[in-house]
Amino acid sequence: MIELKNVCKTFKVAKRNAGFGEAVKALFKKEYSYVNALQDVSFTVNDGEMVGYIGPNGAGKSSTVKIMSGILTPDSGECIINGRTPWKDRIEHVRDIGVVFGQRSQLWWDVPVIDSFELIRDIYKVSKEDYKKSLSGLTELLNLSEILKTPARQLSLGQRMRCEIAASLLHNPKILFLDEPTIGLDASSKIAVREFIKSINKENKTTVILTTHDMQDIEALTDRILLIGKGRILLDGTLDELKNRHSSLKTLTVDYLGDKLPECESYKILKDGNGRGEVLIDTRIITASKAISFISEQVEIKDISVTGETIDETVVSLYKEFAI
Amino acid sequence: MSLYFKYVGMLLKSQMQYKASFFMTAVGQFLISFTTFLSMVFMFSRFNAVRGFTFSEVLICFSVVLMAFSLTECFFRGFDVFPRLIKSGELDRILLRPRNEMFQVLASDMDFSRIGRLLQAVVMLIYAFITCDINWTGLKIITVSLMILGGVGVFTGLFILYAAFSFFTIEGLEFMNIFTDGSREFGKYPVSVYGEGMLKFYTFVVPIALFQYYPFLYLIGKSENVWYALLPLLGFAFIVPCYAFFRFGLRKYKSTGS
Amino acid sequence: MKKYLSFFKIRFIAGLQYRAAAWAGISTQFAWGGMNILMFRAFYEEGSNLFPMPFDSLSTYIWLQQAFLALFMAWFFDTEIFDSIVSGSIAYELCRPIDIYNMWFTKNTAVRLAKAALRCLPILVFAAVLPSPYGMSLPVSIGAFALFLLSMFLGFMVIVAFSMLVHATAFFTISPKGIRVLATSVIEFFSGGLIPIPFFPQSIQPFIYALPFASMQNTSFLIYTGYLSGVEALKGICLQAVWLFALWCAGKLIFRYALKRVVVQGG
Repeated sequence: MIELKNVCKTFKVAKRNAGFGEAVKALFKKEYSYVNALQDVSFTVNDGEMVGYIGPNGAGKSSTVKIMSGILTPDSGECIINGRTPWKDRIEHVRDIGVVFGQRSQLWWDVPVIDSFELIRDIYKVSKEDYKKSLSGLTELLNLSEILKTPARQLSLGQRMRCEIAASLLHNPKILFLDEPTIGLDASSKIAVREFIKSINKENKTTVILTTHDMQDIEALTDRILLIGKGRILLDGTLDELKNRHSSLKTLTVDYLGDKLPECESYKILKDGNGRGEVLIDTRIITASKAISFISEQVEIKDISVTGETIDETVVSLYKEFAI
Repeated sequence: MSLYFKYVGMLLKSQMQYKASFFMTAVGQFLISFTTFLSMVFMFSRFNAVRGFTFSEVLICFSVVLMAFSLTECFFRGFDVFPRLIKSGELDRILLRPRNEMFQVLASDMDFSRIGRLLQAVVMLIYAFITCDINWTGLKIITVSLMILGGVGVFTGLFILYAAFSFFTIEGLEFMNIFTDGSREFGKYPVSVYGEGMLKFYTFVVPIALFQYYPFLYLIGKSENVWYALLPLLGFAFIVPCYAFFRFGLRKYKSTGS
Repeated sequence: MKKYLSFFKIRFIAGLQYRAAAWAGISTQFAWGGMNILMFRAFYEEGSNLFPMPFDSLSTYIWLQQAFLALFMAWFFDTEIFDSIVSGSIAYELCRPIDIYNMWFTKNTAVRLAKAALRCLPILVFAAVLPSPYGMSLPVSIGAFALFLLSMFLGFMVIVAFSMLVHATAFFTISPKGIRVLATSVIEFFSGGLIPIPFFPQSIQPFIYALPFASMQNTSFLIYTGYLSGVEALKGICLQAVWLFALWCAGKLIFRYALKRVVVQGG
């Protein structure tokens, strides 16, 4: 179980101003500003849960992950993971966790992947049998058998990411932190990675914390979402809750015969002209079918389509709502 | 320990992927210290002693320092490239692994191309021993090995110090070169050559005189003080404060993330 | 020309931003120069008549060397250039309406100049206030100073032109790192970076002077200290000009040949 209570963290940042005069001044005196990376962050994640941790760049996502993985010490607050404080019992704690950074590699660049795996086995003191078991499981699930003998530098990004994930799971951790695991991957690799994450969460009951900017990852994987902005947890709920909050807006695109679309107080015409128009409706005020029937009374409809907000748009409007 | 050799194996395997580059770099390394040697020859060709030390005697100093430095650079390179570990995030990865941080830094990088320099140091040392009149005793043989080992100790301390400073400033690190590269460069002469003040500096602040000067005096018979022979052991004590400072820096890193 | 100037300005401001780096560099160089002078002092005290130049000239030589280290540093190579050659992205550079040799030449010049501009003044001032014979002395005459400036400019161009040749080797080898280390040690030594060339044995000096390396820092510093004067100084400067021309032509030719090859092979 992961439990964070009132975690706070402030960073001191040196100011760098543009311009020649400022640069000369900086030679002698430096100015600092303080950034509240995390303010009062509290949440609980139960064993076996899969949580999506989202927020814009610089919101505090990676600081939280660093604190949870024991790399960073917070200024105040509590963080208990499986009964331990990560930054106090670092060595014991990290045995239980696996971390994948989508943008960094933990594989040795110039040697075959399997050699990296064996070194990791020795670092984590994984027993021969356990290693064999998890390696064969991972090889099968991630389809690694063809690439284990290849040096990491020769792998494609998708292949490498699959190996990275396997490397983080060789010691069979209870908690897996994934930081943008699908960044830069092609469509089929993305799907493969997602499928795999889903299955280890289901089969091994591994707790998964996923930070990503790819909302399709979130949609495909997690039920629960934590939204962080400006260092605060803004929202903790299910994906559906989040969608419902914002997906009441829909757009009707109408091809019709006639002069123009009828005006109505319950919807808003976004565009109109030459027999094609777009109408924005709020389903809490008027349902799509009512709006369609209202329009069809006035003009002859040739074709119509209804589009809702995509999850990306939902998130953008969420960011806007919280002004982050 | 067996894990350490695993790391060594991996690093060897990695570096052997680029054999041509490895070979060229080794030759280049050799040339760098060889030109330093040539400069020394040129200086002595105009005069055959400096502050009472002959060329062969100075050569003992030079080769001990060079040997200790290249051994340190080869096996403790992880501290030398430590700023890179911070920048690339490799340090975070180290912190994510259930092993001692120092051990992992130590094992993270080694540069075997330093063998070029090591080879030269060995040749010079042999030459110096042949041309120098040393009254060999058992203790003197031990003294030589202590000098080399003590040198590795002091340089390792300096490298750890360098790494520790990189927790506080990446830009300002260049000044540490005075102590690391500077000690190698200026340690080629017995440090008393630079004057009384520098001898004190190199005894009490950056203690390279402990393995390079005092035991050297005993070795060539300029001093009968047997304790001088054991001073290199004190060089290892130098690692302790450096290590403590590194731990302090690491704590700061964990609290600021940079 | 304007884009090169603005490039220099960017590098200079970037250099200023890193105050700690600037101070660290200056103090390192100061310590380095000081230690070298102390080392030479030990030799001089054994008998100064055996040495080719008076001790205060030598001190001046060493301080000049430290002050203008960035201009003449042998180990500075632009990794960007190596990378773009090795990775083949140089093909994109070919699309730009700019001569690659000139561009890289200017870039190398700008980086060195920006670094030197930042560091030389404090070192010169420090060195000037040091007591004689450890400090830096004034040039022997105004004429010598003028020749020194001219010669320093030429020497600076010679080292950049030579380093372009080193960069060009990346076209023909997969291991630029090794070449880099090799070139560094050769330039350092033969240009008088370790000990001034007059300290080399008499018998090999003619051979050293025939190499391009002697036309880098050596000539200008020797003119400043008065070791080279009159006809000798002019001869040195002419030699610098000849080397500059030769290296520049060689660089141009090699680049043209290598780039043709890149195009034919498709990168």
